[in-house]
Amino acid sequence: MKLRQGTFSFLPDLTDAEIHTQVQYCIDNGWAVSVEYTDDPHPRNTYWEMWGHPMFDNPDAAAVVFEVNECRKQFGDYYIRVIAFDSTHGWESIKLSFIVNRPKDEPGFHVSREEVKGRSMRYSIKSYATDKPEGKRY
Amino acid sequence: MPDGSEKLTAKARYSAGVLEYKKMGYWEPDYEPKDTDIISLFRITPQDGVDPIEAAAAVAGESSTATWTVVWTDRLTACEKYRAKAYRVDPVPNSPGQYFAYIAYDLDLFEPGSIANLTASIIGNVFGFKPLKALRLEDMRLPVAYIKTFNGPATGIVVERERLNCFGRPLLGATVKPKLGLSGRNYGRVVYEALKGGLDFTKDDENINSQPFMHWRDRFLYCMEAVNRASAATGEVKGTYLNVTAGTMEEMYKRAEFAKDLGSVIIMIDLVIGYTAIQSMANWARDNDMILHLHRAGHSTYTRQRNHGVSFRVIAKWMRLAGVDHIHAGTVVGKLEGDPATTKGFYDVMREEYNPQSLQTGIFFDQNWASLNKMMPVASGGIHAGQMHQLIHYLGEDVVLQFGGGTIGHPQGIQAGAEANRVALEAMIFARNAGDDYLQNGPEILARAAKNCTPLKQALDVWKGVTFNYESTDAPDFVVTPTTS
Repeated sequence: MKLRQGTFSFLPDLTDAEIHTQVQYCIDNGWAVSVEYTDDPHPRNTYWEMWGHPMFDNPDAAAVVFEVNECRKQFGDYYIRVIAFDSTHGWESIKLSFIVNRPKDEPGFHVSREEVKGRSMRYSIKSYATDKPEGKRY
Repeated sequence: MPDGSEKLTAKARYSAGVLEYKKMGYWEPDYEPKDTDIISLFRITPQDGVDPIEAAAAVAGESSTATWTVVWTDRLTACEKYRAKAYRVDPVPNSPGQYFAYIAYDLDLFEPGSIANLTASIIGNVFGFKPLKALRLEDMRLPVAYIKTFNGPATGIVVERERLNCFGRPLLGATVKPKLGLSGRNYGRVVYEALKGGLDFTKDDENINSQPFMHWRDRFLYCMEAVNRASAATGEVKGTYLNVTAGTMEEMYKRAEFAKDLGSVIIMIDLVIGYTAIQSMANWARDNDMILHLHRAGHSTYTRQRNHGVSFRVIAKWMRLAGVDHIHAGTVVGKLEGDPATTKGFYDVMREEYNPQSLQTGIFFDQNWASLNKMMPVASGGIHAGQMHQLIHYLGEDVVLQFGGGTIGHPQGIQAGAEANRVALEAMIFARNAGDDYLQNGPEILARAAKNCTPLKQALDVWKGVTFNYESTDAPDFVVTPTTS
C-alpha cells in the first residue's frame, strides 16, 4: 500500500526540484518550513520527530531541500515530510504538509474489530510495521 | 420640507388613533447607529402609492415595538430606545419601485445567544405586511457584543484540518447516489469505494434518514465499517457525514450518540430542522468533539428570488452564530444557482475574520467576527474533475468539493472516479503553488496529470464540455455578472 497522507500523495514521488517549488511557495507566503520524520505512519500519529526547528526567517528553499537530503541520509527508510506553519492570527497552524520520502516497503494497516453489544463494533487501526520497536520497523 | 421625522408633542404622539409609522418615531434620518446596534438592510417593494419612507418606517415598527394603532402603554417603557429606527432609504440601482432600507435595532431588543429570538423579530411578522408587495432581508450587521453571546462553530476550519490531518488543499467529498433506495449494505459499498479511491468524505443526502429500505442504524454500521476499511487502506483519516436529522430532538440525540460510539468524526443535520434544533446540535457537537455538517435543504424557497425572502448571506451569518462547521454554499460552475460575485460574498462571510463592506459581492456592512470559528463551505452539485482549475480559482483552498455524480458516475467505477478527482486536485494545487497560471492552463495541467492516471483521462473524456450556463437569479445589484463556466 502507498501511504496517502499529505497534500501530494496521489502524484508520482516529487523530485528535489519539485520539492523546491512547493517550499518556495510556502516561504513566499511567510510560513516557516520544517522537516519531520517517523517510522509510525498511523493516521493519528500527530507528532513526527522534528528534524530541527521550523526554519523561521529562512528565505531560500534550497536550504530546506538540503535538510531533507541530510535527513534522508540518516533516515532513508523512514517517512519524511515537509510542513509549513502559518503564524497569522486566526490560523496559527499548518498550511501545507507533504511527504518527501518513504520506506521501500509499506506494509500498510490492519483493521481490528471488537464486536460489542447490539451488532455494534469498536474499530482500531494498526500499522503492521509498528509491531516492532521504534527504529527497527522498516 | 417636512419628511415625517419631526418630533411631535407627547400629546399629539400618544392620542388614541392611527398615526403614520414615520411619525411614531420609526424614521430617524439623522440617527447614527451605535456600535452595539444590530443593523438590517431590507429591500422593500412598497405597494403602488405607498411612500417608501413610510414603508421603511413600517418595517422598522413591525419588526420591533409597533402595532397598527397608537397604544398608551408605550409610555410605561423606555420606548424611544426599543423602537427600531429606519435611518436611510436608497433606491435600488436599475430596479424601479425597489428601495434599500437601513434599520437599526438596539441590542436590548434581543435575547443573548438565540437565533430563534433574533429571527422572530427581524423576519417574524413583517414579511406579510400588506402595504408591501415584497420584502427581502439582504444583509445584517451583527455587533461584536451580540456575536460574543454565541459559541459559534463547534470545530472550525483550522481544528477540522488538524483533526483530519489534511492541509493545503480542498477536501474532497461525494454524496452517495442514488440518494434513496439503497440498502445499508449496498450504501456502505459506495462509501468504501469512494473513500478508498481518494476522497476524504462521503455524505448522506438531505432526505436519507430512516426509511423502509434502510434503517438508520444499518446505515451507520455499514458506513463505519467502510470508513475504517478505507482508512486502513490509505493511512488517512476518513469520514462520512451521518445524517442524524429526525422528527424529534430526542431521536437526533440518539442517532448522534450512536455515530459517536462508532467512532465517526462527523455528523450531519439539515437546515429544515430549524434554528433552535441546529443550536442544540451544535452544542452537542461541541461537547463531543464532533464536526457538524449542515445541508441547506429548503433554503432556495426563500433565498433565490431577489425581491422577496432572505438572502443566503444572512442565513450564512446566522449559521456561523448558531455553530455549524460545514455549510453548503454554491459551486459557481455547477448545476445549482450561484453567481460568482454573490457566491464569493457567501464564502467570505463563512471564512473571514473581518468582512469589509463590498457592494460588488453583496456585502453591505463591515462585519467583525470577533474570532468566532470559521465555517468550511461545501461546494456540491454538478461538478467534475475537468473543472478543477475553475473550482480552485473561484472557491479557494478551504472548501469541501463534493463530486457525487462526478465520482460515482465514472465509467470504470467509484474508486476510479475518486482517484481521478484526487489526482486532478493535487496536480492543480501543485501547479498553483509552483507559480503556474493554473486558471489559464488548467486543461493542459489536467491532461499532463492524466498521463500518469488513466482514471483521470477517462473522467476528462466522459465529462468533457459539461457546463451549466444559465443566468443567475440572485446577483449583486451593483455589478451584474452571468454565471461563467
